[in-house]
Amino acid sequence: MTHQLKVVGVLLLAMFLALFVNLNYLQVLRADDLANDNRNSRQLIREYEIRRGLMLAGDDATEVARVERTDGTLRYRRQYTDGPLYAHSTGYFSVVFGRSELESSFNDYLIGSAPEAFTRNLTDLLAGRERTGDDLVLTLQPQVQQAAREALGDRRGAVVALEPRTGAILALWSAPSYDPNRLSSHDRTEINTYWDELQDDPARPLVNRVVREWYPPGSTFKLVVAAAALEQGVAPDRTYPDPVELELPQTTATIRNFGRGTCHGGAPITLVEAMVVSCNTTFAQIGLDLGAAALAEQAEAFGFNDQIIEQLPSPLDSHFPAELNPPQTAQAAIGQFDVRSTPLQMALVSSAIANNGVLMRPHLVREVLDDRGERIARFGAEPFAPSGRGDAQAVSQETARHLRDMMVRAVAAGTGRAAAIDGVDVAGKTGTAEGGEGPPTVWFSGFAPAGNPRVAVAVVLEDGGDAGEGATGGAVAAPVARVVLEAALAATDGGAAAAGSLAHDAQQQYRPVATPRTTTSRTASG
Amino acid sequence: MTAVSSSGDDTVRATIAKQRANTELGLLLLAVLITLVAYTLVGLAEEAALPAGLAAYGGVLLAVAGAAHVVSRRRAPGGDPILLPLAFLLNGLGLVMIRRFDFAFAARGTDTTLAQQQTVWTVVAVGAFCLTLLVIRDHRVLDRYRYVIGFAAIVLLLLPLLPVIGREINGARIWLRFAGLSFQPGELAKIGLAVFFASYLAENRQLLSVATNKLGPFMVPPARAFGPVVVVWLASLSVLVLQNDLGLSLLLFGMFVLLLYTATGRPAYLLGSTALFGAGAWLAYQLFSHVRPRVDIWLDPFADFAGAGYQLVQSLFALGTGGLFGVGWGQGRPDFIPFVHTDFIFSAFGEELGLVGTTALLLCYLLIVGRGLRTALRVRDDFGTLLAACLVIVFALQTFVILGGVTRLIPLSGMTLPFVSYGGSSLLSNYILIALLVRISAAEHTTVAAREPIQAGDAG
Repeated sequence: MTHQLKVVGVLLLAMFLALFVNLNYLQVLRADDLANDNRNSRQLIREYEIRRGLMLAGDDATEVARVERTDGTLRYRRQYTDGPLYAHSTGYFSVVFGRSELESSFNDYLIGSAPEAFTRNLTDLLAGRERTGDDLVLTLQPQVQQAAREALGDRRGAVVALEPRTGAILALWSAPSYDPNRLSSHDRTEINTYWDELQDDPARPLVNRVVREWYPPGSTFKLVVAAAALEQGVAPDRTYPDPVELELPQTTATIRNFGRGTCHGGAPITLVEAMVVSCNTTFAQIGLDLGAAALAEQAEAFGFNDQIIEQLPSPLDSHFPAELNPPQTAQAAIGQFDVRSTPLQMALVSSAIANNGVLMRPHLVREVLDDRGERIARFGAEPFAPSGRGDAQAVSQETARHLRDMMVRAVAAGTGRAAAIDGVDVAGKTGTAEGGEGPPTVWFSGFAPAGNPRVAVAVVLEDGGDAGEGATGGAVAAPVARVVLEAALAATDGGAAAAGSLAHDAQQQYRPVATPRTTTSRTASG
Repeated sequence: MTAVSSSGDDTVRATIAKQRANTELGLLLLAVLITLVAYTLVGLAEEAALPAGLAAYGGVLLAVAGAAHVVSRRRAPGGDPILLPLAFLLNGLGLVMIRRFDFAFAARGTDTTLAQQQTVWTVVAVGAFCLTLLVIRDHRVLDRYRYVIGFAAIVLLLLPLLPVIGREINGARIWLRFAGLSFQPGELAKIGLAVFFASYLAENRQLLSVATNKLGPFMVPPARAFGPVVVVWLASLSVLVLQNDLGLSLLLFGMFVLLLYTATGRPAYLLGSTALFGAGAWLAYQLFSHVRPRVDIWLDPFADFAGAGYQLVQSLFALGTGGLFGVGWGQGRPDFIPFVHTDFIFSAFGEELGLVGTTALLLCYLLIVGRGLRTALRVRDDFGTLLAACLVIVFALQTFVILGGVTRLIPLSGMTLPFVSYGGSSLLSNYILIALLVRISAAEHTTVAAREPIQAGDAG
């Protein structure tokens, strides 16, 4: 029976070998997949053992996100102060749906296991000190954030305010919002019910419109087109014909102005004046003159077709299409056709203009502190060079200055008058983008004070806000921008009274270099 | 054989026996040491202080190991010195993991004393090990009582079907319950059946291995030789139908078929039985409501992740989370896997000790199988060979069926992992199994001729 016993031995050995091979498959080859499968709550629960880091905002370090100890299986519960106000920045921390926004992208810091904390963790381990999460210090200013929420009211849209010199995000508001507390409780049924409610809501409250929604930029895109023209050597006072409609090559389609008339009574119109009244025919003509490649290059110099924010997970890149034929180029030049922008992108365009043409990387987290107040990481003013360009200078200083002139005049005497603030020079550009059916998407993008910019802003309202078919950026978005700019100017003045702030602005009041010869005879809005 | 050379042989045998006994003692102490270190690690992970019961626990382990060793040294001289320490190591590691489960369940608000109960069962089971060696001086005694033992095994298998004492727990009617104690008689029945099969085949192997008929290219034994195979096949199917125990059914059939092949050397039995098994499996899949979902879960456990597939998916998550080195003892979440302390204890090892730990466990089992087969090869009587082979086969198959089940290599069927899982019946019968292997291996040490003819009275 020796032979048979050997055969049986080989059979049994083969069984154990199969077990061993299978274990290697599960514990080595597929280990990461299984460990990180989002249905595997082990990782998540281990994270609940750690006192998650706080999120602090504003000069008085308001605790936007904190934790509360529980006596359940999950040791800590995430709590958000004024949850809906900051939801699209903080995100949620959910046992069922995982993490989003900063909770997701800064998770390593929040659970105290970022590479920067390695040495500290090692000493803590040796000293037997329990590991705690590290705190995020946000760039958000509660007053500005609240102003954005109040100014939009219950209209759908987005507001984002940036500090041009640093890229710090002062306000990030996407409406409607949701309450992250209700997704971060430990009650799965409650979480699921609320989640379904949010999913079924046609207003899509979970969507962060500031960084993950595409809108046609409409006339705000004229800033990019004017930038391209100025960079190509076009003088601000170069004149263009002022037709009622511009006939496009290769097609019977035409481009018309808002109000279906001329922009300057049919007389030649300067680039500056065209910007002030947001003249579609002029900019379509400039687009045709420059060509699609030049427009694309300038758009990409401002960050289009690239990831402009790194601190939030999977942001949407704004889009300027490749391969445009002339009629499409003319459409694109007035921010229509397939040009798509996130609100953050248009804020960044104004911010770069305000910052002498230099793009600064937008960021929400200023620094990371541990529970002893030691700084773990710092995210300061960092120039942002879009990929394939290697240069954060989106436009020359001179171009930036010309653009600023135009924007100041657009607010002082053009389409953006509703954004004007007494005693402060506001620079801005309105936009009204027709998106097929329904009321238009309305925009405002600008900055203030023009001479010494402290805040850049972009405002978008979907479906004309509450103004219906006749809504314009000037009438609907510009007033929102004004409120937010005022709040930001007050907040960034280091605690000085608003009056003082205005006095300060008055001293440094910016004087336009080139005063256009003509004044506007009719108001047009793009 | 002269008196001088005979006494010389005796001296050599005595020396070898002593060496082996010392090896066994050394390995046993090592097993105890490893267990205590592991126990300390688990305690430290829980409360950052030496576990309170360390000394008492160490004392119990040492006492139990010492008793087993003394009995095997005295009553089974020259027996295999590795089997008992391996069993003891697995038992010890199982105990530590079960203690760790107590902590995990306590953290969820359910206070359990599984480790205490398993320690009691360990004492009882090692007692059974000793008793087996003390009572059965020569394994051939079992050959004499094969019908009694076979009948007893069948009765044990059927007991749970009786009213009052028989219980259905978690869908399988394989339990006896009286006086507050639960017992799975099927575990003991396996050993009884192994004795019966070995004995039956040792006697009939000549008859069964004569190939007279031709089936295609194969020469096969006469049809009536397949009679016993069919009987056992039907018996194991009835276990499946009546008691709802897929694992045991598979085990009984597999062990008989492999043993039949070992006894006869006819591959036709293997092939024919595989066909029968296939047919049975297909029938079971078609007919029985409790078999089909198991196969479906096996094919795609993630399909019903939160429902039927939950247990297996949690097991796979545990194994994957453990990765190469594991998350560390006391750092995993065994409480996520239902029945982790019985069927799924291996997955808990996989999570906390990683591939390194699971491979170490696999090697322990493989070593036991190897030593068992070695015993089967060396012992000089057919019954001894077949009994050792059958015990090894049932041990290896059980290990394979449960480990393959929890790692999704094969469909899951509920079973304990020998020596490691929580459960008294399993521990008891596996220690008896090891005792029988040690007994047979001790016999290999003496020549058949040198032994006195056995008398019925020896069985005591």
